[in-house]
Amino acid sequence: MAEETLLDVRHLVLHFATTRGAVQAVDGVDFNLDYNKAVVILGESGCGKTSLAKAILRLLPRNVSAYAGEVRLVGKDVMKLGEEEFRQNVRWVAMSLVPQAAMNSLNPVLRVGDQVAEPAMIHLGMKKEDALKLALKMFQHVSVPADFINRYPFELSGGMRQRVAIAMALITSPSLIVLDEPTSALDLLTQANIFNVLKRIKKELGTSFILITHDIATSSELADSVAVMYAGQIVETGEADKFFPAPLHPYSQKLMASVPRLRANQDPEFITGQPPSLVNLPPGCRFAERCPFRFEKCDQDPSEFRVNGRIVRCWKYE
Amino acid sequence: MTMLDKKTKNLIIPVKETDENVLLSIQDLRVWFELRRFGFGVVGHVRAVDGVNFELHNSEAIAVVGESGCGKTSLMKTILGLYKPTEGHVIFEKNNVSEMGRKGLQWYRSQVGYVQQDPFGALPPFLDVQRILEEPLIIGGVKNKEERLRRIKKVMAEVKLFPVEDFLSKFPHMLSGGQQQRVVIARAMILEPKMIVADEPVSMLDASVRVEILKLLRGLQASHNLSFIYITHDLSTVRYFSEQIFVMYAGKLVEKAPIGMLLKNPQHPYTLALLTATSDPDANNARTFKEVPPGEPPSLVNPPVGCRFHPRCPRMIENLCEVQDPPDFTTESGHITACWLYK
Repeated sequence: MAEETLLDVRHLVLHFATTRGAVQAVDGVDFNLDYNKAVVILGESGCGKTSLAKAILRLLPRNVSAYAGEVRLVGKDVMKLGEEEFRQNVRWVAMSLVPQAAMNSLNPVLRVGDQVAEPAMIHLGMKKEDALKLALKMFQHVSVPADFINRYPFELSGGMRQRVAIAMALITSPSLIVLDEPTSALDLLTQANIFNVLKRIKKELGTSFILITHDIATSSELADSVAVMYAGQIVETGEADKFFPAPLHPYSQKLMASVPRLRANQDPEFITGQPPSLVNLPPGCRFAERCPFRFEKCDQDPSEFRVNGRIVRCWKYE
Repeated sequence: MTMLDKKTKNLIIPVKETDENVLLSIQDLRVWFELRRFGFGVVGHVRAVDGVNFELHNSEAIAVVGESGCGKTSLMKTILGLYKPTEGHVIFEKNNVSEMGRKGLQWYRSQVGYVQQDPFGALPPFLDVQRILEEPLIIGGVKNKEERLRRIKKVMAEVKLFPVEDFLSKFPHMLSGGQQQRVVIARAMILEPKMIVADEPVSMLDASVRVEILKLLRGLQASHNLSFIYITHDLSTVRYFSEQIFVMYAGKLVEKAPIGMLLKNPQHPYTLALLTATSDPDANNARTFKEVPPGEPPSLVNPPVGCRFHPRCPRMIENLCEVQDPPDFTTESGHITACWLYK
């Protein structure tokens, strides 16, 4: 069991200090991920999903007020490692990141080939020629023409730049790639092409993915399991096969009902109210204020309940 | 009778007569932007809109669907009178928009509301909601202050900014994205226009708010008998919104049909690709690859000869598609496709 799990996150906490108080962006998150699987972290903007990605990869801004919990990578708690050890052995070697708006994260004055090769030179200690050869191989994986290797980012379209960013995350052959909103700025057809690339990488290289997105419809393109995040907490986790047809948590249900469908004649609904501010969180269930099933018990913080192998944080399932 | 324009040496196309019920008529519209080298000499044109025809009837909602760079925003800005057409006409209630003077444009802009894509960018940051909504009324010549306030409150109630009194003195940064978009809609509605143009009105909003705003717009359209042009890249929202759908690719409308007909029987290979690429939440998606055409939309400076989709088209016909531009074919009543497959 312990050998099978690639990543096991337990009680991960990341708070930021502001003048108004602590922003509880990630507040006790648990989930795990097996080899060659993809988990989707679903949530609306401001629910802390990008902070979760940063907490896993320890890419922290300066105003962190609390950072605790366990991130077990292949059984080893990487939270205990020192900063330098983490940089040398974990970040980009074992897990890498495709940041939000990755296509604008490339350095405009360096050729894309050099940028893709750089992690291999630094982390794997390769010579430049070898690293460039490896970069060329990565370009094949993400379907970027080989002659693009000498181009600058401005000479590439948005979709091609996104592929280059994925190639950069792939070059050190990490077992886990964190994708933060990988396609939200791209056109429909380009988006479908990128998901085809990701599926192929998963199949051919056996990579695992954490896909962070607000787009439920496209998230189903890659998901093996789903974790729904609301106000800094994960409110539901489960297998994709069970989640998409019938989500359990009232928030997940509402979120699913708000998706406009192309192929089913179903009138979408909306969720009234707004997510709570992460500074002064209400006691009890954080969704209670907007929840149609609210009852007395919801004033207390719900614990996690197991329903057929799925975990849901809601008193309804006690 | 054909004439040449003295300045542009272009053919002057005579304005076609339209029937009573047509509010807006777009006739053979072309919007080209000049490319200059060092500020002199024209070296080419960006053909953002290249031969677009359609008619919008009273209280009808249409959607223009296309990817970024296909010219849908240029089309919209020309309809709003912000760009001058290079060729062709925009006729609003039998008035040619490009021939309007100052007075004419002022009248036209009171008849047409505009909902922008990014609500925060569209609202002036130093004005409160009351001042933002008052501006069109002042320009529109509503002199009485009480009358202005009455109309502001009325339109705010219509876009459901409750309680109205609380929102009057708020500044845009104090509002959530959904509330900002409601203010933008209120501003577009306040002069009681006949037509609303909405450019991706929900693409910047969260999933749960998106549906709320779409339903609000649809409700306003029905209760005020508005004509509506909805510009989007997201096919899945269109069916809740409009009767007609126009698919745009590289400056041209490639398929025009009522929404139900288009979803049931898509004909242009590009429309088919868009429909295939749109996902519904379904766990089975993860197990299959999608068949989408490779490549990217063409440059609008040197678009491909013949059909502009032919380099990416899986059903290209040799010696035809790459030679000749396909005209519009009517394949069933009300369904028009610009594709040689339906010759």
